[in-house]
Amino acid sequence: MRSRRYLLRKVLHATGTLLFVLAFNFVLFRAVGDPVKLLTRSSLHLDPQEQEALRQEFGIDDPLPQQFVNYLGDSLRGEFGYSFISGRPVIDSVTEKVWPTVLLVGTATILSTVLGIMIGIKGAWRRGSAFDTSSLLGSLTLYSMPEGWLGMILLITFAGALGWFPAGGIESSDRLTGLPHLFDLARHLVLPCLTLTLGYIGQFAIIMRSSLLEVMGEDFVLTARAKGVRDRDVRRRHAVPNALLPTFTLAFYSVGFILGGAVLIEQVFSYPGLGQLTYQAIDRNDYPVIQAVFLLSSTTVILFNLLADILYGYLDPRVREA
Amino acid sequence: MSVLSVRDLRVTYRAKGGDVPAVRGVDLEIDRGEVLGLAGESGCGKSTIGSALLRLHPAKTKIEGGIILDGNDVLSLRPGRLRAVRWTGASIIFQGALHAMNPVRGIGDQVAEAITVHKLAGEREARVRAAELLEQVGLPARRIDDYPHELSGGQKQRVMIAMALACNPSLVIADEPTTALDVMVQAQVLKLLKTLQRELGLAMLFITHDLSVLVEVADRIAIMYAGLIVEEGPAERVFHFPDHPYTKALAGAFPEIGDSQFRRRPSGLGGDPPDPQQIPSGCPFHPRCPVAIDVCPSLEVELWAAGEGRRAACVHVSGAPALSETRP
Amino acid sequence: MIETPHQPPEAVVGTEVAPPSPPRDPRKIRWIRRRRALTGFWRVYRRNRMGMVGLVLLAGFVIMALAAPLIVSDEALKPATAPGVAFEPPTADFPLGTDDFGRSVLDLVIFGSRISLLVGFAATLMTMTVGAGVGIAGGYYGGRTDTALNALTNWFLVIPWIPLAIVLASILGRSLFNTILVIGVTSWAGTARLVRADTLSVKERPYVERARALGASNWHLVTRHVLPNVMPVIFANTVLTVALSILAETTLALLGLGDPLSVSWGILIFDAFDAGALSAGLWWWLIPPGVCICLVTLAFTMCGYALDEVLNPRIRER
Repeated sequence: MRSRRYLLRKVLHATGTLLFVLAFNFVLFRAVGDPVKLLTRSSLHLDPQEQEALRQEFGIDDPLPQQFVNYLGDSLRGEFGYSFISGRPVIDSVTEKVWPTVLLVGTATILSTVLGIMIGIKGAWRRGSAFDTSSLLGSLTLYSMPEGWLGMILLITFAGALGWFPAGGIESSDRLTGLPHLFDLARHLVLPCLTLTLGYIGQFAIIMRSSLLEVMGEDFVLTARAKGVRDRDVRRRHAVPNALLPTFTLAFYSVGFILGGAVLIEQVFSYPGLGQLTYQAIDRNDYPVIQAVFLLSSTTVILFNLLADILYGYLDPRVREA
Repeated sequence: MSVLSVRDLRVTYRAKGGDVPAVRGVDLEIDRGEVLGLAGESGCGKSTIGSALLRLHPAKTKIEGGIILDGNDVLSLRPGRLRAVRWTGASIIFQGALHAMNPVRGIGDQVAEAITVHKLAGEREARVRAAELLEQVGLPARRIDDYPHELSGGQKQRVMIAMALACNPSLVIADEPTTALDVMVQAQVLKLLKTLQRELGLAMLFITHDLSVLVEVADRIAIMYAGLIVEEGPAERVFHFPDHPYTKALAGAFPEIGDSQFRRRPSGLGGDPPDPQQIPSGCPFHPRCPVAIDVCPSLEVELWAAGEGRRAACVHVSGAPALSETRP
Repeated sequence: MIETPHQPPEAVVGTEVAPPSPPRDPRKIRWIRRRRALTGFWRVYRRNRMGMVGLVLLAGFVIMALAAPLIVSDEALKPATAPGVAFEPPTADFPLGTDDFGRSVLDLVIFGSRISLLVGFAATLMTMTVGAGVGIAGGYYGGRTDTALNALTNWFLVIPWIPLAIVLASILGRSLFNTILVIGVTSWAGTARLVRADTLSVKERPYVERARALGASNWHLVTRHVLPNVMPVIFANTVLTVALSILAETTLALLGLGDPLSVSWGILIFDAFDAGALSAGLWWWLIPPGVCICLVTLAFTMCGYALDEVLNPRIRER
């Protein structure tokens, strides 16, 4: 029963945050000024009649609260307006480009989390060893590197100088199918995914390591050893599950950051995903697209945070009480 | 029938500032069914002994001497055999009120783990046995899946006791089991320990800084100071008629309810326990001792006979060498 | 007549010397105590290898940034008066080659340190002021203030920072000030959460309760008791925030949201990228600014972690 109340509270909280995001989006872009003026500013030439028609469509002359309600309705229906640049409905561009990004970000998140956690555990359990020192140094260095730059370096080295991987895009121009197609996709995915993974693996390793170190000093670890539990079982059954909790939530929270990182990486590798779409929208002040991407990414992050909270409640019994 | 026999135990921690000798040559003997109380201030080395008996210290710690537990030479056991002896030869009741239990697993699970790790039973049987043990310490079996944070301090301590009994150890080491508890709960837990010890005929090493607790529970008491035992003997006698000046101070420091005179003659002890890296020469107690004489800073003290079954490391006891002999 | 305290001879390390009789002035006592705390802190910090390496690196870069105007002439930076031929790989005259205008990349990198560090520090100042302010206010006052501030903090925490930065930057326009503003706006919430948590725990400590019982005002409690005890957390967090701010500035620059008129390491990389350095393989233009960013961030991060260890003895090597 307690758990259900916890769940409800988290869902309500997430919905509230989402509403705030919508409100923020709405206010910000109305605050910038008349959307029609924005349109005309960006090189589309419209005569007064067309401007008036657009005004009607945007509902600018309606009272503000009315506009907000319209905006909410539109957003829920996926009506994000038309791109200033291409003129196509934003929702179309978005749905086209969403899956490559999901593939990229999803793979990178999973790899960086799992590998980072494994490295962190090994480093902490064998504190002070050569592995620990080198992995710590490596993690710190990777953490300090700007991702976009790292992507560029990898591109120049592995695609440019060594030619092991393609220099960009999601697939080659030959129309492949079946297994060769999958292999081709994979080849194109390696460098961008590697960049994103390396960018975040350091963080996870460091956090997992310090979390585990702290747990290792706790009394219950001593109790387990005193009971005669084997070293690796003490680690597996007692230390790591307790140390994993903060790292676990971090993994979910990181999705937002990795998603953001994808914007730059996709541009560097000419990877046709949402990131590239966003980058080009910024370049040309394509506000409807920017707005839509902001909304989408915020919603994704809110959703993942909600998932994190729910799963955390499941894993840590102490949290459910509150 | 000796369950534990410790000879000249020395435990030295390795720290960045140098070596820290926490235990500097301790002899102990506990027979089947006997309760030995080990008392002293914080930092005297008593808890170190408890952990040393099962070799729980970090690898850097130097442990020398002889520890024979249930016929096993603990210090020379190989890791596999050591793990087997842990908990079955001797178990430890830690201060349960703190973080001595895994917060994300049920209490029954953790008690049963002791049983399954030593392959004394399968999972289902271990669970049944865990439920029995919980009942034995006064907790209803239906709480077997509760988490540690759902229990009070006293209840957590009971679970620690149940856990300690899980493998029917020959010796139970109680390391400050009542220290973090309220006075009323302390009394309950103590009573439980006494009952269990008597019913199961357990040998017990009861470590505490609270001498008055030991009077109720222990058969014999050993007093520790600066890594050494400075007095030992039957519990009642040591507490009421202490021989060593340090014991006198410790015993005097606890008010006896009903003693109206106590307020008028408080006898706390001035000064602090010595820094293990800077132990005073000769008798380690001499800087704080109210009856120290001129030979004390240079006298190598040992446990000398002080009466029937009693020994104390003080120059004033009957068995101490005559002063004229000790003068250089 | 004010008595001047008797000054004992200089104490030799290791010998026991009776402390000088304390001065009567409480302000002087406070300064003596602070100085002693600082020397003690420095002694512990000095032993931390990672922290010392970071500090040395940092000092190097700060010196470079301060000395930059002396090393690099104004003409060398202006595209119109560029000294070299464009897109040249490294030579003796131009150790790091030239950019698309013929400017020496080495000059650009040296001068770029100024803007990069400036933005890092300025953005951090903003982040820490707002973040610590909100955190302490919420944590200390509690009640509805805390609920409101906490909700605000959480909201900013949830929003993914790059989309928010993009939205803000595209609306506000591309300038150095806006870059600093955007970084500040997207970073303060992390600090606020941390400081709030620490404030809550400090607030519960006995000496705060005692001071309040003695009738201390809120202002007194916050400035004399809460703030000094939250300072270690704030300080360690500040150092790490500078590292993150510099990385954030780079990301914004690479997205094309940086100030086109200034020269920072991030903008340097962007310029290179924009000019096609990737496909042309102009590694000498791309690599050095990135390496500098990496080293500076590493330096700040190492210092930050060292501070964490020094101030939080629990995770120090046992």
